[in-house]
Amino acid sequence: MAKLLLFLTLIPLLPFLCTSFSPENPSSRRALVLLDDLALKSSHSDFFKSLQSRGFDLDFKLADDPKIALQRYGQYLYDGLILFCPTTERFGGSVDLAAILDFVDSGHDLIVVADTNASDLIREIATECGVDFDEDAAAMVVDHTSYAVSETEGDHTLIASDDFIKADVILGGKKIEAPVLFQGIGHSLNPANTLVLKVLSASPSAYSANPKTKLANPPSLTGSAISLVSILQARNNARILISGSLNMFSNRFFKSGVQKAGSSIKHEKSGNEQFLTELSKWVFHERGHLKAVNVRHNNAGEADEPAMYRISDDLEYSVEIYEWSGTSWEPYVADDVQVQFYMMSPYVLKNLSTDKKGHYFTAFKVPDVYGVFQFKVEYQRLGYTSLSLSKQIPVRPYRHNEYERFIPAAYPYYGAAFSMMAGFFIFTGVHLYNK
Amino acid sequence: MEGSETSKGTTLRYAFGNVLSFFILVLIGVLAFSIRLFSVIKYESVIHEFDPYFNYRVTQFLTKNGIYDFWNWFDDRTWYPLGRVIGGTVYPGLTLTAGSIWWIVNSLNIPLSVETVCVFTAPIFSAFASWATYLLTKEVKGAGAGLTAAVLLAMVPSYISRSVAGSYDNEAVAIFALIFTFYLYIKTLNTGSLFYATLNAIAYFYMVCSWGGYTFIINLIPMHVLLCIVTGRFSSRLYIAYCPLVVLGTLLAALVPVVGFNAVMTSEHFASFLVFIIIHVVAVVHYIKGILSPKMFKVAVTFVISIGLVVGFAVLAVLVAMVASSPTKGWSGRSLSLLDPTYASKYIPIIASVSEHQPPTWPSYFMDINVLAFLVPAGIVACFSPLSDASSFAVLYIVTSVYFSGVMVRLMLVLAPAACIMSGIALSGAFDVFTRSIKFQLPGVAGNSQTDAGDSSSDSVVAQKDVVKTEKSEDAVKERPSKKNRKKEKEHVEKPSVKSQIKKRLLVLPLEASVIAILLLVLLGAFYVVHSVWAAAEAYSAPSIVLTSYSNDGLHVFDDFREAYAWLSHNTEVDDKVASWWDYGYQTTAMANRTVIVDNNTWNNTHIATVGTAMSSPEKAAWEIFDSLDVKYVLVVFGGLVGYPSDDINKFLWMVRIGGGVFPHIKEPDYLRDGQYRIDSEATPTMLNCLMYKLSYYRFVETDGKAFDRVRRTEIGKKYFKLTHFEEVFTTHHWMVRIYKLKPPKNRIRGKAKKSKSKASSTSSKKRSGSKNKNPWH
Repeated sequence: MAKLLLFLTLIPLLPFLCTSFSPENPSSRRALVLLDDLALKSSHSDFFKSLQSRGFDLDFKLADDPKIALQRYGQYLYDGLILFCPTTERFGGSVDLAAILDFVDSGHDLIVVADTNASDLIREIATECGVDFDEDAAAMVVDHTSYAVSETEGDHTLIASDDFIKADVILGGKKIEAPVLFQGIGHSLNPANTLVLKVLSASPSAYSANPKTKLANPPSLTGSAISLVSILQARNNARILISGSLNMFSNRFFKSGVQKAGSSIKHEKSGNEQFLTELSKWVFHERGHLKAVNVRHNNAGEADEPAMYRISDDLEYSVEIYEWSGTSWEPYVADDVQVQFYMMSPYVLKNLSTDKKGHYFTAFKVPDVYGVFQFKVEYQRLGYTSLSLSKQIPVRPYRHNEYERFIPAAYPYYGAAFSMMAGFFIFTGVHLYNK
Repeated sequence: MEGSETSKGTTLRYAFGNVLSFFILVLIGVLAFSIRLFSVIKYESVIHEFDPYFNYRVTQFLTKNGIYDFWNWFDDRTWYPLGRVIGGTVYPGLTLTAGSIWWIVNSLNIPLSVETVCVFTAPIFSAFASWATYLLTKEVKGAGAGLTAAVLLAMVPSYISRSVAGSYDNEAVAIFALIFTFYLYIKTLNTGSLFYATLNAIAYFYMVCSWGGYTFIINLIPMHVLLCIVTGRFSSRLYIAYCPLVVLGTLLAALVPVVGFNAVMTSEHFASFLVFIIIHVVAVVHYIKGILSPKMFKVAVTFVISIGLVVGFAVLAVLVAMVASSPTKGWSGRSLSLLDPTYASKYIPIIASVSEHQPPTWPSYFMDINVLAFLVPAGIVACFSPLSDASSFAVLYIVTSVYFSGVMVRLMLVLAPAACIMSGIALSGAFDVFTRSIKFQLPGVAGNSQTDAGDSSSDSVVAQKDVVKTEKSEDAVKERPSKKNRKKEKEHVEKPSVKSQIKKRLLVLPLEASVIAILLLVLLGAFYVVHSVWAAAEAYSAPSIVLTSYSNDGLHVFDDFREAYAWLSHNTEVDDKVASWWDYGYQTTAMANRTVIVDNNTWNNTHIATVGTAMSSPEKAAWEIFDSLDVKYVLVVFGGLVGYPSDDINKFLWMVRIGGGVFPHIKEPDYLRDGQYRIDSEATPTMLNCLMYKLSYYRFVETDGKAFDRVRRTEIGKKYFKLTHFEEVFTTHHWMVRIYKLKPPKNRIRGKAKKSKSKASSTSSKKRSGSKNKNPWH
C-alpha cells in the first residue's frame, strides 16, 4: 500500500521529470548556481526569485564545494549554469574550465558574472567565449559624464547606462525606461567575432582604469568599445551571458532609484530588474528559440514526397516554424524566411509566404539542370537561434520516353525519310520488273 | 592410284580434318578460359581494379531494375553534387552482355550471383575471341593459320592482362567484338554476300556498344577500302562489304546513347563518310566505263573531274570551316593524343595522368606479345605472297595497330590480335613448308614425320586441306555475282591456287634443315607458352584491391582497401560524402556505397580540378573547399609504410597539375625544389603544408620514430604537426588507406587574449580525439 502511494505521488512528477531533459523542449528547468559566498544568495535574491518564479529549480553551491559536479554517468544534471563567483580560482569537485566549456558545447546555457579582481579562471571562461576583460585586474569602468547620481559624490564608477542593443527578441517588447546601474569591470569584443553581441555598452566618454590610482597611461579600453554586458549564442545555440558587474544583479541595485548625471529625470527604480530578467529569459531560451518541423516538398498537386524530381517539375515546399514562449510553442511570424534550391550555388531563391500560424510555403519550378540539389533554409536573425535546414533531393533529366514524340519542326525530316522510303520501294519495283 | 579412290580418301581426310579442327577449337576455348582463372585460384573470385567495380555496380543495377531503368539511370551517388546520367554516358555492351548471361543462367534455374557472372565474363569472351580469330585468319590464310592464330591469341599476355577472371572491363568483350567485326568484313569481302554485310553492321553495333575503341574499326575499314580502290582492287564485293556497313553501322551507332549524334558529328567518323563518297564515285565511274566507248569515256572523265574538283573544293572548304570552328577541331582529346602522342602531356593533364595512356616502353612489347614480335614480320611477308584483299587488310591492321600501340600502352590490346594473326600465318606457313619438304623427300615415312612434329604438323595438314576447301567453296559462292564480273573473278581466284600448287613443288628444303627448323619452331612456341602462363599466373592476375608480397617471413596479404571501404560502409551515414582522388571513386561507390565527389569517369575536368586544388591547398583552404561540397570524409591512400608505390603522394603532382590547370593559384613550381619532387627536409613549404602531405604523414613518425617513407626512400620533411580542421577517424592495418573527418566549425570563437591558460582545454580535447583514433601499433 505504501508502495502504491509512493507511486501515485510520483505520477504527477513524471511529466516534470520527462520534460527536464527533453531535447525537443528548450526550457531549462534546473540550474546550478555557484557562489563565492552564500551571503550572495540573500543579497541577490530578487534575481534568483525571478528565475524561480519562472519554474527554475536552482541549486546553490559554493564554488569550491568539493561535491559539485555537472554531469553524472555522462548525463548532465543541469540545463543552466550561473557563475556568481568572480574571485574563485578553482572550482571544487570535477568542475574545471574544460568541463564548463563542454557543458556549453553540449548545448547548455551559462551566465558568467565577473567583477573587479576577477580570477583568471573566470577571465579564461570569458575569453573562451570571445570576451576579453580588461587585463588590469583592478580596473573598473569609469565614466565622468553618464554616472549615476548618488549620495557619495565623486564616485563615477557607478554607471547609469541606457545604451541597449536594439533587439526586441533579446530585451523583450517593452522598452526599458530607466537606465541600468553598473559597477564593475569592462570588456571588449573582437569585431571579427560574429557570435558575440554587445547588449549593454558604455557611453562614448567611458574608460576602463583603476579608479584608485592616477591614470599614468592612456587607458586601453575607452568609449563605446567597452561592453558592459555581452551575450553569446554559440553555433549549437547554447546561450551565454557575460557581465562585468556582480552588483548589477543585487537587490540593492534592483531597488535603488537612479538619476543619470546631467539628466533631470529621476527614476524611482533602476532598469536593472527589467533588463536582467528579460535578458535571463533570452539566455534560458524562453524567447528567440525557433524550431522548424514538418519540412515537406512535393510535386504540385500531389501529396507524397517524391524520392527524386525531374527537371522543370513544379514543386511545392513548406515548413512549419515555431518559437518557444517559455511555456509552449507559438507560431513564428516573419516575412523574411527564404528557401534556396541549391546545388553549389542557389538556383532558386524564394521568400516563403506564411499563414501566420507558423506554416511557411512556396511553390516554384525546378530549374532545367539535373544534379543533386538541396532545399536549404538558412535563417539567421539577431537574437534568434539559427535555423539551418537542408534536405537533399536529386533532380534527374527526362527519361527516354518523356520527350515529345512529334516535334512540328521535324516534320520536313519525317517527310524526307518517308518519301525516300517510298521512292526507293517504287524504284526497286520498276528496276526489277521493267525488263 | 585410281582417281575415285583418291577422291574418297580426300573426302575422308576432309571430314577427319574438320572433326579434328573442331576439337582443337574446343580445346583452344578451354585453354583461353582456363588460363585466365589463375586470379581466382590464387586470390579469390573478386572484381579487380577500378573500372570493373563501376561496371559491376551498373550490372547489379541492371539486373535489379531492368533495362529501361538502366537506360534512364541518373546516379546521384557519384560526382556529387552534379550527379551522372549513367545510361547516357556508359558503353552498355559489357553490362548488357553480363546482364543477359545472368538472366539466361538464372532462368535456367542456375542461381549464380551477379558477381560470379561478372568475374567470368572476360574469360568466356576470350574463348569467343580466339574462335573469332580462327575465323578471321581462316578467311585470310586458311584454316591452319587460323588454328595457330587462335592458339596464340588464347594466351597472348597482352590480352590476358585485360581479361583475367575478375577483370570486368569493356575490353573484355570489345576485343571479341573487334575481331568478329573484322572477320565479318573480310567474310563479306570474300563472298560479296549482303547477309554477311548485315551481320557485319550488327557486329559493329555490338562493338560500338562495348567500347570507345570502335573508332578504330570505322577508320581502319575505310582505310582498307581506300587502299583497295587505289591499288585497283575495286569490286562489287568491296562495295557490298563497305557501304552497308557505313549506312547501317552509322544508324545503329547513333542508337547508342553515349555515341548518339557523335556518329555523324565528330571527326573520328569523317573518314568513313569520305570513303563512302569516294567508293560511290568509283562505282559510278566503273559503271560509266562499262557502258561508254573508250573515247566517250575520256571526254566524260575530263568533264566529271573538272566539275568534281569544283564541288570537291567547295565541300572541303565547308568541311574545314566547320571543323576549324570547334576548339579541338572536332577531335576528342584521346583521339588527338593518338595522332600526336605529345598532345595529351602538353594540354590535357587529366589524360596524361593515366598510366595506361602513356607510350609503352620497349620491354613492354616483349612482355605483352613476346615471341610474336619476331614472327610478325614473317607474317607480313607471308601476307604478300600472294596479296589478296583479305591479306592486305591484315597487313593494314597490323601496321596501324603497331602505330597506335606505340602511342598508348593501353592500345597494345588492339595490337595483340593483329600480332597473333600475323604470327599464326607465319608459323603455320613455316610448318607448312617444312613438313611438306619432309614429306616430299620421305614419301614412305609420312607418318613418321607426323609423329615427329606432333600436333602442329597435323595442324598444317588440316590447314592445307582447308585452304583447298575454302577456295573451292569460294568458287561455289562466287557463282552468284553478276555475269559480267564472274569470269574476271574466277580467274582472279583461281590464280593463287595455281600459283600455290607451283610453289608446293618448288619450295623444298633439305631434310635435316627442315627437321631442325621444326624443332626450333616448336621450341619457340614452347617459350611463348611458358612465358604466357607465367604472365597469366604471376604478372597479370593480381586483383589490385588485395595485394600480396613475399618476404623472408613468408607471404603478406594487404587487404587494406576492402578494410577501409568496409569501415566506411559500416561507420558512416548513407548520405555522407567521401572525397578522394578520382582513382578511388568507383571503388568507394561500389564497395562502400557512399557518395563520392569525383570518380574514374573523368567527364568534368573542373570538378576533378576542385578536388585536386583542395588536396594541394593548405588545411584551412582545403577545409573550405570540401565543406562547400558537403564532404564529410576524406580518404587518402598512403604507401609509405609498406612501400606501396602507387599511392596518393606519388600521384600528387598530377593533382597539382590538374588543379592548377583550372585554378591558376596552384602552381606546380611551388611544390618542386629545383624541379625535383621531394618530401624530405628539402621540400618546399607549400609542399609540406598542403593537405595531401599532412593527411598522408599525420602521425607517421609514431610508427618507427624516424618517419622513414619506404616508397620515396627518405625521411619525411615535417614529422610533428597537428591537424586543426581534420581529424583522423580510421587508418587501416598497413596504413594504406587513411580516412579523415572534417571537423565541424568551432562552436565558439575565442577572444584574442593571451592563450597561456588554455592548456587545460586543449589537452582534454586531444585526449578525446586520441581515444577515438585507432592506432594499429598499440
